[in-house]
Amino acid sequence: MLAQQFVNAISLGGVYALFALGFTLVFGVLNVVNLAHGAVFTLGAYAALQTALYFHAPLPAAILVAAVCSAGAGWILDKLVFAPLRARQAPHLAPMVATLGVAIVLTSVVEGFFGAENLRFPTGILPTDTLSLAGLHFTWLELQIVSLAFLLMAVLLWGLKKTRAGRALRGVAESPKAAALLGVNVEALLRVTSIIASLLGGVAGVLIALYTNAVFPHMGQPMLHKGIAVVILGGMGDIRGALLGGFFLGFAEVFSVAYIGSTMRDAVAFGLLFIVLLLRPEGLFGQAAQRRA
Amino acid sequence: MEWLESFWATYSTLVLSVGTNVLLALSIYLTLACGLLTVANAAFMGIGAYTAGLLTVHAHMPFFFALLCGSLLPASIALLIGRPTLQLSGVYLAMATLAFGEVVRILILNAEDTTGGALGLNGIPQLTGWFEVALAVFLALYVLLALARSRIGRTMKAICQDETATELMGLNVRAYKLFVFVLGGALAGLAGALNAHFTFFISPNEYGFERAVEILAMGVLGGTGSPWGAVIGGVLITLLPELLRGLGHYRPLINGVVLILIILYSPRGIWDLLRPARSVRGPAAN
Repeated sequence: MLAQQFVNAISLGGVYALFALGFTLVFGVLNVVNLAHGAVFTLGAYAALQTALYFHAPLPAAILVAAVCSAGAGWILDKLVFAPLRARQAPHLAPMVATLGVAIVLTSVVEGFFGAENLRFPTGILPTDTLSLAGLHFTWLELQIVSLAFLLMAVLLWGLKKTRAGRALRGVAESPKAAALLGVNVEALLRVTSIIASLLGGVAGVLIALYTNAVFPHMGQPMLHKGIAVVILGGMGDIRGALLGGFFLGFAEVFSVAYIGSTMRDAVAFGLLFIVLLLRPEGLFGQAAQRRA
Repeated sequence: MEWLESFWATYSTLVLSVGTNVLLALSIYLTLACGLLTVANAAFMGIGAYTAGLLTVHAHMPFFFALLCGSLLPASIALLIGRPTLQLSGVYLAMATLAFGEVVRILILNAEDTTGGALGLNGIPQLTGWFEVALAVFLALYVLLALARSRIGRTMKAICQDETATELMGLNVRAYKLFVFVLGGALAGLAGALNAHFTFFISPNEYGFERAVEILAMGVLGGTGSPWGAVIGGVLITLLPELLRGLGHYRPLINGVVLILIILYSPRGIWDLLRPARSVRGPAAN
């Protein structure tokens, strides 16, 4: 029983971590709290669902379409909102409020197009086989969700660490001015960051939609709040922190459902978030940021 | 006066909503004018609405007493959480208040025995008339305008511009922040208490994230230069969706578009756009 809860926690935590990675990446590199990340998550889920419903596409194709759509949303977001505000050097609360506006616009467009009701994936397309291993039960679907989440995270970490663009990106996160002086095309990198982050968010949306088999316009909102909780737990802008925070929240939720009851599940995330903010605003694993006057 | 009666019969809820939304806009103006982005106002509104609603429905208390408790309880909770929360700055403060708002909503949702849970609180007597709302808006506006002209208002502007410098001038920045946060909580609670007594029914989800964003949109749209900005924002955000009724599902879209356009093209809000036309001091004021 305990081991089974572990398995559930890891698969849920993996998706949380994937979502939070995009969120924390935008904060770390663009210095923006992107409150539209939850709406992009919803967009990804709807893109995959519509592809599956209308074109009877297999699951991988649907996920690919979702990835492309959400990456496109990231491009538009940067072009229309982040870039103009960057050019004006607006204070950091301005982009946060603007992304709130983007979130409302995206959510109500989705609701206007597809209705407010809860939609499901067609039954044929989801793998239903289960796998038993040492007394534990996995469904193939769960396994695929977890492996895709882990694969994407591994690719991102590898890219940030080993590739030239990844190093440049970390340079920009450290100091955009210094990076520009060294010949890095900062604007292009910032746009790419927004695109990658949205792609991760959109794919996380498909994975959660598959996991719960429920797609509705406001699905991004609780996820956004959880993403914020994860990123605060791990320390804002901290990539490893987002991974650890994601799994931490996955475990906290699964075990609170198992041992306290499901009604308080959501309160766990926000209660944790509130307490961590008050006691350790730099995150559970981070160092204190310097105070800037 | 026949037209007035028929107008009131059709639009009384809308007119009263304009009033309570102006109160909410004023409540977030207080913190925004200090440069603090807090989104707990929806939660304070909910606490106020439930406190007053439970007092009149179950305890049969007089309306005035319910209104008083409906603004005092959120104010005391603001005092309680304000101390640790306001030590955070910028986005951390925004997120802490967001988390607080969610915790409040979930607690109301789960305290089924007293609050009715997800089914909401039903059958709240319709006690709010135009007089109560008008009086509340008038008093709140009067007090806030007086504050804005006073030493407190100047200190708020100073904190907004440079917190560290203000502190170095020997001003107790923490106390000022706590003051605006608590006063904002009381105003939001009062708005909630008034609102609950003309909508007949309240449920926890009315006081969630979306309401918080709507309140923020009013504050940002109007601008934080003056309490009048908040009044304009509150009125516009209430009336715009009514004027654009044909949009159906797309109605919430307006709040979003307003937020984006204002941040991109007039970050100081509508009040600031109107300002050069009236002000003799001109742009030097900034």
